[in-house]
Amino acid sequence: MDKHITTPLTHEKVQSLRAGDSVLITGTIYTARDAAHKRLCELVEKGEPLPFDVKDSIIYYVGPTPAKPGMAIGSAGPTTSYRMDAYSPTLIAQGETGMIGKGKRGPDVIEAMKKYGAVYFAAIGGAGALLSKCIKSAAIIAYEDLGAEAIRRLEVENLPVIVVIDSQGNNLYETGRREYLNSKTK
Amino acid sequence: MREIDAKLIEGTVKELCINANCHLPSDVRSCIISARDKENWAGAKGILDRIEENFVIADENNVPICQDTGVACVFLTIGQDVSVKGGSIADAVNEGVRQGYTQGYLRKSVVGDPIRRVNTGDNTPAMIYYDIVPGDTFEITVAPKGFGSENMSKIQMLKPSDGLEGVKRFIIRCVEEAGPNPCPPIMVGVGIGGTFDKCAYLAKRALLRDAGVKNSDPFYAALEDELLEEINALGIGPQGLGGRTTALKVSIEAMPTHIAGLPVAVNINCHVARHASARL
Repeated sequence: MDKHITTPLTHEKVQSLRAGDSVLITGTIYTARDAAHKRLCELVEKGEPLPFDVKDSIIYYVGPTPAKPGMAIGSAGPTTSYRMDAYSPTLIAQGETGMIGKGKRGPDVIEAMKKYGAVYFAAIGGAGALLSKCIKSAAIIAYEDLGAEAIRRLEVENLPVIVVIDSQGNNLYETGRREYLNSKTK
Repeated sequence: MREIDAKLIEGTVKELCINANCHLPSDVRSCIISARDKENWAGAKGILDRIEENFVIADENNVPICQDTGVACVFLTIGQDVSVKGGSIADAVNEGVRQGYTQGYLRKSVVGDPIRRVNTGDNTPAMIYYDIVPGDTFEITVAPKGFGSENMSKIQMLKPSDGLEGVKRFIIRCVEEAGPNPCPPIMVGVGIGGTFDKCAYLAKRALLRDAGVKNSDPFYAALEDELLEEINALGIGPQGLGGRTTALKVSIEAMPTHIAGLPVAVNINCHVARHASARL
């Protein structure tokens, strides 16, 4: 059964999510990739305000294709998350509670997720055309010079994701594979 | 001497860039569907259903299958009896890529310098590979390459004493370490032999082979089957969440090498294994 989550992603909602949950997200989320993360962390270091309120926010690691006329956005699937590992602990400490990407996360990120309470979701990598249908509007709010890597505010409806790492550190990449392999040896 | 207008190359490359990014080749589609039918792990089957739904939506709406519309890898097979008029081949290819990526609403994912990292804004330059052959043919294949999977590729200069077992271990380890990162199910391109650079080229070339076709050498065809089976016993599964379908295909290309060496390269592609070709 899918769990429905609406933003903001409060700590109470974070605590209710467990690795393996299928979740449909509705509400406002923000996009950022490598270059935007670098700039956000530089702002945090200088003690300057960020271009959006990070508290209880979800950041989607995506660089969409340009929208065709009449469409809200182009294809918009997740990019590989480990490239954001250097920056995520800083943003989690600032109040970010959700990340959407695909692929493994490093120990520093998982520690920060447990310490501050955050969850890591995976969307299906390579399914950008399908996922874009859940994005109802997109607006660039910072770093327009970065093109596809600019920060966008997205309004999403029932965006399908899976909880891979929860705020207790449970990791579906480890347990999912193990369960499958165990089923083969029975 | 057959003459070809550079403008024809330009226009063809433009169309191929758009087609390759929006329409998954039928051999890759069949491969995904057949893997889905063999998958008996419920979650894994569900993901493969979504992957199929995605490439159907892209095809019907002429939108990119994946937002990473890649760096444009352009493979040219040029007959030595052909003469290109009206400009350089490289300029024509790059102009075609520029037009395809801007007019086709594709993402511009190329930076002009690997350290200073400023986006070139039009996805140029293309990565161009030239193959000169007898006759007067001119064939173009555009294979947009995403970097989620490219980043998980590896090369190793093994010793001859490492032998076949060493080659197999390296390939399996490469796939296992990549895990969920390259968006499995993946296509595995393998190059064996040559030099450091030729080996990597072979691995990339291997990814262009029709997904339904095995290596023509029975020895390597059997090795492809064996490796695919071993990879699909790893349990990584679609998107790394567990299941049978970790890889869709292993394609190996081999060539002569030095008495002291055994180079092996693994080039990983995700399930969005795009390529489109034309003959002028």
